[in-house]
Amino acid sequence: MSEAMVQILTLFHSGVVYGVIILFGALGEIITEKTGHLNLGVPGIMYLGGISGLMASFFYENNNPDANTAISIILAIVFAFIGSALGGLIYAFLTISLRANQNVTGLALTIFGSGFANFFGGMLNSMSGGVGQISVATASNGFRAYISAIAGNDTKDPLYAIFGYGWLAYVAIALAVILYFVLNKTRVGLSLRAVGEDPATADAAGINVTKYKYFGICIGAGISGMGGLYYTMDYIKGTWANDGTIEALGWLAVALVIFTTWKPLNAIWGAILFGICYWSYLYIPGLDRSSSEIFKMLPYLFTLAVLIVVSLRKKRETQPPAHLGLPYFREER
Amino acid sequence: MSKSKSEPLFRISKRDDISFKKALMIRAIALAAALLVAGIVIIMIVHVNPFKVYGTMFLGAFGTRMRSWVTVRDIMTLLCIAVGLAPAFAMKFWNVGAEGQILIGGISTVFCMKYFDNLPTFVLFLVMIITSMLCGAIWGFLPGFFKANWNTNETLFTLMMNYIAIQFTSFMVAKWENPFGSNSVGIVNNDSMRGWLPSMFSSSPGDDYGWNVVIVMIAVVAMFVYLKYSKQGYEISVVGDSVNTARYAGIRVNKVYIRTMLISGAVCGLAGFVAVSGASHTISTSTAGGRGFTAIIVAWLAKFNTFTMIFISALLIFLDKGASQIASDYHINEHVSQIITSIILFFLLGCEFFINYNVKFKKSSKKSKEVAA
Amino acid sequence: MDTNLAVEMRKVTKTFGSVVANENVDMQLRKGEILSLLGENGSGKTTLMNMLSGIYFPDSGQILIDGKPVTIASPKDAFKFGIGMIHQHFKLIDVFTATENIVLGLEDNKKFDLEAASKKVLEIAEKYGFQINPKQKIYEMSVSQKQTVEIIKTLYRGAQILILDEPTAVLTPQETEKLFAVMKKMRADGKSIIIITHKLNEVMEISDRVAVLRKGQYIATVNTSETNPQALTDMMVGRATVLDINRPEPVNPEPRLVVENLTCVDEEGVKRLDNVSFTAYSGEILGIAGVAGSGQRELLEAVAGLYPVKSGTIVYSSDYKNSKSLVGLDPLSIRKMGVTMSFVPEDRLGMGLVGTMGMTGNMMIRSWRKGKSFFLDRKSPDKLAQKIKEELEVVTPDVNYPVRRLSGGNVQKVLVGREIAAAPSVLMTAYAVRGLDINTSYTIYNLLTAQKEKGVAVVYVGEDLDVILALCDRVMVLCGGQVSGIVDARTTTKEEIGLLMTQFRREGAKENE
Repeated sequence: MSEAMVQILTLFHSGVVYGVIILFGALGEIITEKTGHLNLGVPGIMYLGGISGLMASFFYENNNPDANTAISIILAIVFAFIGSALGGLIYAFLTISLRANQNVTGLALTIFGSGFANFFGGMLNSMSGGVGQISVATASNGFRAYISAIAGNDTKDPLYAIFGYGWLAYVAIALAVILYFVLNKTRVGLSLRAVGEDPATADAAGINVTKYKYFGICIGAGISGMGGLYYTMDYIKGTWANDGTIEALGWLAVALVIFTTWKPLNAIWGAILFGICYWSYLYIPGLDRSSSEIFKMLPYLFTLAVLIVVSLRKKRETQPPAHLGLPYFREER
Repeated sequence: MSKSKSEPLFRISKRDDISFKKALMIRAIALAAALLVAGIVIIMIVHVNPFKVYGTMFLGAFGTRMRSWVTVRDIMTLLCIAVGLAPAFAMKFWNVGAEGQILIGGISTVFCMKYFDNLPTFVLFLVMIITSMLCGAIWGFLPGFFKANWNTNETLFTLMMNYIAIQFTSFMVAKWENPFGSNSVGIVNNDSMRGWLPSMFSSSPGDDYGWNVVIVMIAVVAMFVYLKYSKQGYEISVVGDSVNTARYAGIRVNKVYIRTMLISGAVCGLAGFVAVSGASHTISTSTAGGRGFTAIIVAWLAKFNTFTMIFISALLIFLDKGASQIASDYHINEHVSQIITSIILFFLLGCEFFINYNVKFKKSSKKSKEVAA
Repeated sequence: MDTNLAVEMRKVTKTFGSVVANENVDMQLRKGEILSLLGENGSGKTTLMNMLSGIYFPDSGQILIDGKPVTIASPKDAFKFGIGMIHQHFKLIDVFTATENIVLGLEDNKKFDLEAASKKVLEIAEKYGFQINPKQKIYEMSVSQKQTVEIIKTLYRGAQILILDEPTAVLTPQETEKLFAVMKKMRADGKSIIIITHKLNEVMEISDRVAVLRKGQYIATVNTSETNPQALTDMMVGRATVLDINRPEPVNPEPRLVVENLTCVDEEGVKRLDNVSFTAYSGEILGIAGVAGSGQRELLEAVAGLYPVKSGTIVYSSDYKNSKSLVGLDPLSIRKMGVTMSFVPEDRLGMGLVGTMGMTGNMMIRSWRKGKSFFLDRKSPDKLAQKIKEELEVVTPDVNYPVRRLSGGNVQKVLVGREIAAAPSVLMTAYAVRGLDINTSYTIYNLLTAQKEKGVAVVYVGEDLDVILALCDRVMVLCGGQVSGIVDARTTTKEEIGLLMTQFRREGAKENE
């Protein structure tokens, strides 16, 4: 196999690993935005998911010398989901019931999530003796396990580029497909989209707008939080780093939602593309470190281009949900 | 005939009018509730008397002369950004791109410090201020232009511009890296102190931050006057209230969008100058450090009144400084300040509901039932 | 108990605040008939029907479906009783297909299957002669196609009683023919139909019986075969009331505003104004009558430079020699040309005023640009605000008190006061007295007459025919975006205007066919 081919394979592999984090974040945000709520708290929610899952595994594994992988993983997932869904609940309560401004509330949630996660992350670090010393080996290895019988361990093997990921990566892709199905082929999905497009019409058709919004936002937040969990458990191998990476990834997730024009299936390749953009500087010869930063700018430039093209073409299928960011009060009908 | 099951538990109606006093009281209650919750959080973490903790916070913010100046300096930077956002928000244009506008202003400031350091001091500062404002204005112009012409969603546009600016900053940091391998620009002009905003009461820069206060307060007053007393400010208010009325009044809405975003971006760019020349003397991706987002909340809570922004900025920075002090005194990590800040923000945002709406619990609905029967 | 009745409403009353929308209204709908509900704007037709469809809840009175008393508290309840209403503003989601809209919110225990639903939609369409593509998106549809979706939506949910709120207002004559054909088929199938309309020719053509409302009161129900348009008009508009409005003869009328062949098209490509020509003279009040949505708003906005003109001319002349074309200019350019045109728009707080500002701030809507200074002149608008407050007795705690918190009458005084203070040569008003009490209304009439005496060309768009007849010098009647007649207000009758308002030029349609 040629050297170039190998390079492409490894680039693809690292692109996917990076992309999965964004994919989770974006899938959750797609659900949220489909209900008509622009939640700028995605970075905060991903922080909450990451730290909640990490803490659950950490306390379980540190109190049980013979930690069971399955239990540790389940605890991590359940707590990550609950933690981030609670973050979503704060946002939902403030924006739906108390009618606070969506943008401002989302930003406050990002501050909260980042503070909460870094506070407890720092605490875990100091409890275990320093940065990188946190050990949730059982859970992390469980998350990172892939079927080496098929994928092999050779990073140059094309099979590795397809099968050589921790299983959450496949969950993310499956989730995108399921989300596509639910949004487009089910009654719940139809009602959910109706709420985000035109809540007054949905209301008149007998749909409980408030209920759909609450559920959409909380479940969306829970899914976004999985991105944080994947980051802590798989990407940085069950540790904690206060370097703000999750925040950057969270904003990429918000960007990805726009880039995909609110379509879950597009998010799969979009996320991988974003991941490849991020790492491609390593594979292009003759680049210095500064130009690599320009490459990392690409996802945002692409997103901006999509945003502009969409607004120029005004094609209805690619527009944001019509009621995105706007409050809905029934009595003001 | 009687009304069926779906009678709500309480009725919410829009309040037409609320006295300033009552509104202030609701906010005060919310703040007190927030401090209570934050206090409980603190006790849970550090197990100390919360009053002692609040005392520590005060010392953290104003304990020494230097601490007070640093607190003031940080208030000013945050305030400057919020002032920049005011005109955009007053016309209901969601500029969430302050983060990027600050960075671009900061980069241009460092650029001037590095390459124009042989200019006479006064001219150098003038050039720095003008270029930082110009660069910020360009960053504000783009979303304004696209919004005006094609109604491109400005929230998403400005958000993306932030990250383009952050990556551009990383790019410049790598270009200007000093010393090599440090992944930072280091302190610019560390020996000559060229382009450092001087102290007002002392000859060594960084001894006080009087000039930061002067620059930002000029912006505060100017923006207040601009919004309230100028013709352009009037145009902004009309556009913010109703685009139809604006057209009726002969206001060219597109022009106002673009012009206002130029101004908004320019003042945020100025904040970048203040943050670099007046404080850090370096540039990094954390020069803005989320303050562009925090300032959005400041501007929103202040209802675009630049003087109210002073108090809100002061409150947030005080909490931040105080919490950092708690963190170092009780050996917990500094991020506790973000938690406390966000709790207070949640409460302040939530309490607006009780200012804008009347909540009546089910009582009066009985009457309508009788009538219907 | 009359089992032949699908719906019976007994002594139904509904009030909004102090406004009585319906007072002790009775109405009966027989099974398998088409009933026309006829009445002027504001006569309470839509309110009455909204109580049937569960949008409003009556203050008092009784509703019987199939002879049994029922409670209709929500649209869901209405569906339960087989009532479906097709509103004037369609409740459809643009990016959804027809089928998706039709099944939206429908909770049956069957599997969610859009294919099967589409089939059922096609079956319904075939049965009644609709043309529909179930997979077409709403935004790709014409207005009449959207209406079809709305009708099928109610039929899909098993509606036996259909209410159509001015269904033909948005249709071309050909589309109207098709709709009527469908309605007849539905009637033959045993459905009971109520059609709200002002168009007498349609009433005569489609309905079996006609129920007439006037000013919230029930007047009568008659068999269509036993009545004629003139008799219906009389019932609808009632006897002319003599109003005590001083109306001096116009002095030296000169053409001030000459509009020729004006045609305007809205965003969706529907003609809002069709070949409108008229002249407004100085020193007279030109009344514009017509049912709501006949193009009044578009006409005034087009003249003011706020609505795009497709073709035609609008020429302003200060005297016979000096004339200026206003087509294609925005309000600022018009003002810069030296044309002093005042405009009191229908949407007071959404277009004419800034709700969050006080009187002073709103005075500046006209004057803010004056002078070369960068800063606003607050003094003269403040003086003006004080003056208007005193002269028109505006009730406000302070001239800086936000106008959106003022009562409707006071809001209107602020707006009219400001527009008159601008010393216009053309003054256009849309529904200047809507929602105002008698005293305030007279204040406004007197102000307009005073303007006329000053030589201003006043254009008065109104809905109360008695007022139009007493206040104006000439009356132009709009109908479906076209001018159906311009008459002398001193010699015409209420009946004549009423007929013009509902006189649709169906013959034009036949020419096209």
